[in-house]
Amino acid sequence: MFGDYSLGDLGSIFVMQGFAGLILFSVYVLMALGLAIIFGQMGVINMAHGEFMILGAYVTWMTSSFFQSHLPSLFSGYFFLAMILAFIASGALGMLVEWVLIRHLYKRPLDTLLATWGLSLMLQQAYRSVFGAREVGVELPQWMLGSLHVSDSIEVPINGVFVMCLTVLITVGVAYVMYKSRWGRQVRAVVQNRIMAGAVGINTEKVDRYTFGLGCGIAGVAGSAFTMIGSTGPTSGQLYIVDTFLVVVFGGAASLLGTIASAFSISQTQSTFEFFMSGSMAKVLTLLAVVGILMLRPQGLFALKVRK
Amino acid sequence: MVINSRFFNRSELMGFIVLAAVLFVILPLTLDVFRLNLVAKYLTYAFVALGLVLCWGYGGILSLGQGVFFGLGGYCMAMFLKLEASSVENTKIQSTPGIPDFMDWNQITSLPLFWQPFHSLTFTILAIILVPGIFALIIGTAMFKRRVGGTYFAIITQAVAAILTILIVGQQGYTGGINGMTDLRTLKGWDIRPDHAKVILYFVEVVLLFACIGIAQFIRLTKLGRILVAMREQEDRVRFSGYSVANFKIFAFCMAAVFAAIGGAMFALNVGFMSPSFVGIVPSIEMVIYTAVGGRMSIFGAIWGAILVNFAKTSLSESFPQLWLFGLGGLFIAVVLAFPNGLSGLWADYIQPHIDRLFTSRKSKAGWKDNSVADGAPAE
Amino acid sequence: MSDEANKGLLSPLRRKLLMGMAAVPAITMLPKASFAQAPATSAVNTTGLAVTDTEVTVGILHSATGTMAISETGSIEAEKLAIEQINAMGGVLGRKIKFIQEDGASDWPTFAEKAKKLLVNDKVAAIMGCWTSASRKAVLPVMEQYNGMLYYPTFYEGLEQSKNVIYTGQEATQQILAGLNWIAKEKGAKSFFFIGSDYIWPRTSNKIARKHVENVLKGKVVGEEYYALGSTQFNSVINKIKLTKPDVIFTDVVGGSNVAFYKQLKAAGIDLSKQALLTISVTEDEIDGIGGENIAGAYACMKYFQSLDNPNNKTFVPAFKKMWGEKTVIGDVTQAAYLGPWLWKLTVEKAGSFDIDKIAAASPGVEFKGAPEGYVRIHENHHLWSKTRVGRAKLDGQFELIYETADLVEPDPFPKGYQ
Repeated sequence: MFGDYSLGDLGSIFVMQGFAGLILFSVYVLMALGLAIIFGQMGVINMAHGEFMILGAYVTWMTSSFFQSHLPSLFSGYFFLAMILAFIASGALGMLVEWVLIRHLYKRPLDTLLATWGLSLMLQQAYRSVFGAREVGVELPQWMLGSLHVSDSIEVPINGVFVMCLTVLITVGVAYVMYKSRWGRQVRAVVQNRIMAGAVGINTEKVDRYTFGLGCGIAGVAGSAFTMIGSTGPTSGQLYIVDTFLVVVFGGAASLLGTIASAFSISQTQSTFEFFMSGSMAKVLTLLAVVGILMLRPQGLFALKVRK
Repeated sequence: MVINSRFFNRSELMGFIVLAAVLFVILPLTLDVFRLNLVAKYLTYAFVALGLVLCWGYGGILSLGQGVFFGLGGYCMAMFLKLEASSVENTKIQSTPGIPDFMDWNQITSLPLFWQPFHSLTFTILAIILVPGIFALIIGTAMFKRRVGGTYFAIITQAVAAILTILIVGQQGYTGGINGMTDLRTLKGWDIRPDHAKVILYFVEVVLLFACIGIAQFIRLTKLGRILVAMREQEDRVRFSGYSVANFKIFAFCMAAVFAAIGGAMFALNVGFMSPSFVGIVPSIEMVIYTAVGGRMSIFGAIWGAILVNFAKTSLSESFPQLWLFGLGGLFIAVVLAFPNGLSGLWADYIQPHIDRLFTSRKSKAGWKDNSVADGAPAE
Repeated sequence: MSDEANKGLLSPLRRKLLMGMAAVPAITMLPKASFAQAPATSAVNTTGLAVTDTEVTVGILHSATGTMAISETGSIEAEKLAIEQINAMGGVLGRKIKFIQEDGASDWPTFAEKAKKLLVNDKVAAIMGCWTSASRKAVLPVMEQYNGMLYYPTFYEGLEQSKNVIYTGQEATQQILAGLNWIAKEKGAKSFFFIGSDYIWPRTSNKIARKHVENVLKGKVVGEEYYALGSTQFNSVINKIKLTKPDVIFTDVVGGSNVAFYKQLKAAGIDLSKQALLTISVTEDEIDGIGGENIAGAYACMKYFQSLDNPNNKTFVPAFKKMWGEKTVIGDVTQAAYLGPWLWKLTVEKAGSFDIDKIAAASPGVEFKGAPEGYVRIHENHHLWSKTRVGRAKLDGQFELIYETADLVEPDPFPKGYQ
């Protein structure tokens, strides 16, 4: 298939294609980080994760409309505020959900799946009633549109670069919080042995609530970032949920590094396949490969050795 | 194998009689054919729920991929019916007459090889049982031999459901794509569309359902059923006692798959088409939810769950097309939070004692004892 | 299927003529019913439909929930507007239209179930509904079995014709060929890249487009790609587009995927003012989600744009906005959905009856002069004669009309040489 093209063309396409894979990688990491915390650390199967993301997207949309009509002079910078608001909104909703729903179900992880599925149905309908069934378009400030012109055939999308930077920032932030801060140590202590953690004076209920809130908040930021590349509608969240779970499970549920490694391998595989065959078949083959490897290595790429 | 002397204990016998009376007598007498056909559609999910009671309630294996087996069974049936509906006379407008219409639209000019055997009804019936059964055997063997369980198993089955959906939608020349297989007409020349055929199909389905209930009840009462429960509660102890835990799990999973496939085949017959929207993640989770609402520990509860949730879905969406999802979502949360054993748990906790008291006061010495295996909240 | 339908169309036509003549004196002799000039129910409804002396019930069957609610909301709104306007004018044969709305929930079997409910339980006189091809395919056997009448608004792939359906949108050849001809002539386009969502409509449309490009325009198709419905990652295909450098990108991506596609296209540095892109799936509704700045410059090829400058449209657009809010936009399908109730009313009045068989027979030749897209007429094959137009997307989310066919284009659901 490459006979007709010059070497230069091919070279730049491979660069572009690698870049496409990196963008997909960032997207997967953003999706999966929040879930890696909630599912990996707490063992809660949050089927409403996608809906928390979409909440972030809607918050971004509202912020953008607000700036457009009231503060047009500051429009170019609204996105940063929008992301913070998205974090707060999704995080707050997450904590509320934890308090009302999840905390009763820690001993029954499979039941969290059913309850959060019900929650996701209700959230979808709530979005539909509040924001309408149509998709909303988030208008981006001028500087985030378009591409960086590297050479005649290599163009780097600015929003892609933005998503990547954001991913790196959030990942570093989460890693710091989880592994360096006092609070992160408490979270990991609760994960490893809830009773002992309680015995040494950690308020496990509070830790649970904030952990869940943090996971949902990151989902909100991810949703906010996705307005740059995807669509925002009441049911958009459902599109992400299976991919997200697979990334987390494939990486080994309790390991942040595993999540990143699995996001990287899945995204590169998929974007390579996509170039050589149709999009649907690429997706099927990628998923098959993931499931196949999981059958051989059920604990995922990086397994945390914890006594059960 | 030791079988308890009584096949049903008293409360189960009552459940059996009530269900039989409702399905065989009351519903057919009171509902018009349209509503009866809807009940037939709901009952196809009851097959899935029945399988989930065995594999989830008793075996502790939550599968979020039952839609896969429902779909495989349904597609096998639909392929047979579609071939019959695509006779040369019916399709003479196509560029290649005699093949299903969607193949013609996708420039396929001859019937693909794997479609050929579906000309035979015998083969189709075997395929409905065997294809999902073998598929479940492969998945089950791969997973349970490596001791994958709990949430991991749930998520992997979910991924399998996603893969199969994308595959069916993507290979539309062979599968009908997202449209599915529509316009199924006759079974061996017998028109399945008119009202009287719907009534007959309804009764066929109810009889099949009771046959499956019998099988499930039989499994439950034998030693097999007890080992399943023991495994759910303390997997390691069962393993240390010398049982092959994986084999029992595989068996339960395959049974659930076969029940789901029978449901799928009945769906294709009753509703007259099959589409990938029954294969994916959303329907698979919904099927689990029917079981949860009815009660994952109770065979009859799960069947009522399938009927009632679907009934609620239909009537809510008819009366409140804009808001019915709130009601449905709320129902699931309520069931999980407040009634982990579903409707049958409610029944056992609040209504059963009154009935028992009624009976015991009449017969002073009722030698009745619960024969069923240890109850209680399942632990994952 | 169409052979049966054709036969079905002919004989009732003859019957209808006879009965129509017989009915005229009967109506004049009848004592006045509760409604002035309303013919007696027994005369206009011989098959037990939900028609009373003052009311007639129709069904609206679209997805109010699920992924397709995005697209179908506009159709629901348009149909309700049309019904309200018809009622304000005195209804149909002196009867007010009452509607029962059912939710198809973006789920094809649910569509079939609800269609059956509307026909069997509610005995509606007509159903305005369906959007995706899949939902129509699911509903079609029900319509034929229980003899209902469906007004289907979406542009679609063709290869279908039924006595029980009036297709108020365009079929594929009607929509595509004129657009391809125009872009080939205007831009001198020789090479085309096709990208679509993975289901029957894009695949059939692209098949027709490919035959036309290769056989008629003597051009070349340099790529043809399909993505699963709901996909949001298009970077790989965009790279392929960059590699193959086609003169025209021809897209039929639907739903939410559109948003991702155009945003990523823009981000990859493909400037739609220089790179010609012809879409058959993006209406004003979709642009609402995509954002005008991401798609400005693209060409769309369909039969209606909100910006059309004609007297009908100038009254339709404000009426729609008055009912549904200033911010709503009107796309091609929304307009086609608006035609449904009107065409049904005109047909009922022509047939002098609500009976399905008589409506089916009377439909060919029914003209609607008040259509926002301009004059339309129903063809013998139950599709509409309509003009095809090409518009260019502007920053504000509206299309600017660039080209329209001089005459109405004949609908041809079974195109010879394109199968």
